[in-house]
Amino acid sequence: MTDLPALSIEGLGHRFGPRRVLNGVSFSVAAGDFTVLLGLNGAGKTTLFSLATRLYVQREGMIRIFGMDIRERASECLRRIGVVFQQPTLDLDLTVEQNLFYHAALHGLSHRDALERGAAEIERVGLADQRRDKVRRLSGGQRRRIEIARCLLHRPQLLLLDEPTVGLDIASRQFMLDHIRRLCREEGIAALWATHLIDEVGEAARVVVLHKGEVRAVGEAEQLLGETRMPSMRAAFESLVQEREAA
Amino acid sequence: MKAIHYLRCFAGITTREWLRFLNQRGRFFSALVRPLVWLAIFATGFHFVLGVSIIPPYDTYIPYDVYIAPGLIAMILLFNGMLISLSMVYDREMGSMRILMVSPLPRWFLLTAKLLAGVVLSVIQAYAFLAIALLWDISPPWYGYITVLPALILSGLMMGALGLLLSSAIRQLENFASVMNFVIFPMFFASSALYPLWHVKEASLLLYYVCQANPFTHAVELIRFAFYARLEPVSAVVLVAATAIFLTLAVYGYDPAKGLMQRRPAD
Repeated sequence: MTDLPALSIEGLGHRFGPRRVLNGVSFSVAAGDFTVLLGLNGAGKTTLFSLATRLYVQREGMIRIFGMDIRERASECLRRIGVVFQQPTLDLDLTVEQNLFYHAALHGLSHRDALERGAAEIERVGLADQRRDKVRRLSGGQRRRIEIARCLLHRPQLLLLDEPTVGLDIASRQFMLDHIRRLCREEGIAALWATHLIDEVGEAARVVVLHKGEVRAVGEAEQLLGETRMPSMRAAFESLVQEREAA
Repeated sequence: MKAIHYLRCFAGITTREWLRFLNQRGRFFSALVRPLVWLAIFATGFHFVLGVSIIPPYDTYIPYDVYIAPGLIAMILLFNGMLISLSMVYDREMGSMRILMVSPLPRWFLLTAKLLAGVVLSVIQAYAFLAIALLWDISPPWYGYITVLPALILSGLMMGALGLLLSSAIRQLENFASVMNFVIFPMFFASSALYPLWHVKEASLLLYYVCQANPFTHAVELIRFAFYARLEPVSAVVLVAATAIFLTLAVYGYDPAKGLMQRRPAD
């Protein structure tokens, strides 16, 4: 199973009415890889995530999760995916634990498994003392940590994180990045991290540059710097998104 | 996915609905106060205005408040059905709908589970109303409390399925106000909840046919007859058919390949 890419996207396109938002998008994420999907607001990142989680169905192209076509084997694919959406998805009036139990139940986990795994994941994100607090009382950073803990409950092998650090302070952002990178490194989980924040790319990351629904570049961060002959990732990104517009 | 996974998922969805319900005590209060206001004020006021002749399932003249009690119970179920709709639209706006929709269990099951969870709450509220209605001397035969249960469940399913269907079509929470105007009020007033249909027939033949076509009328009549351990077969068939149609259309509406979800642009 590990030989197959965790996520493989080929020729993916999507449109809302006459407005084309994705066009011929192709890239893959290997098991254990931390890949950054870098693009400005409106680049098509959220649409891509909605297609990969089957909130929308793709009509053009192919999405495979560990080699399985998501259209044909949606249930098996969704079991292997953990998602953190851009928009917060916790129920504010429930406690942290109740939110985790709900998610666990949606994946068919037993109450005992939910209890054990939930406690372990909350511990890992450093919020064990808040587990009985209503989510409404938590800060934005704490809520995001809970969402990370929640998406790991059913032991997914692929994480899809759509702008998970938007609105967070520097410390919370760094915690999230470190936590996900550690999961990739130590547990072999693949992660696709969508962001418009260039400084989240880091040095040891694969990068997919998405702009106006099209992939402009795919490769290691170092490789993109070399290809664009730019001194920084910010400069490399700007040259990649301006290149064709100028042409 | 095995049967146990489905069962756990259903238990999880029901627990969440129950917790939300407990968190919103005002919702329980208003669900009971609404029909009680009708009973205490409307029924009392119209007691001497509207005469109710002997009509099945009653074998004697009955006070007007006894006549409208089944309609008020159906009103509880109707409002709860619309609350399922409101809850779905709210979940969609707040984002928690996405967590439901990325569950590996089939979407038809998730929607049905959500519907059944809502019906459980509706039935509890209907019995709470019946308990309070004893203060007005409204009590069916003792066995009526048991025989009405299937009618409450079937009626609750029909109205919940309608709520789900509406939620797949309503795009914004703000649009929910129109549900009050175009769904709840017409369904309630164009039915046998407040007046027997023979009265309506005398007044307007067209309205009589509208009332007959209204599934809410059949919910009221099924409940009315069930209190006396009698089955109203036409109403039962209409409710089963309406539930099946509404739920099928709702599942279609939430299907990413076919329904309305597809048309919604990403935020």
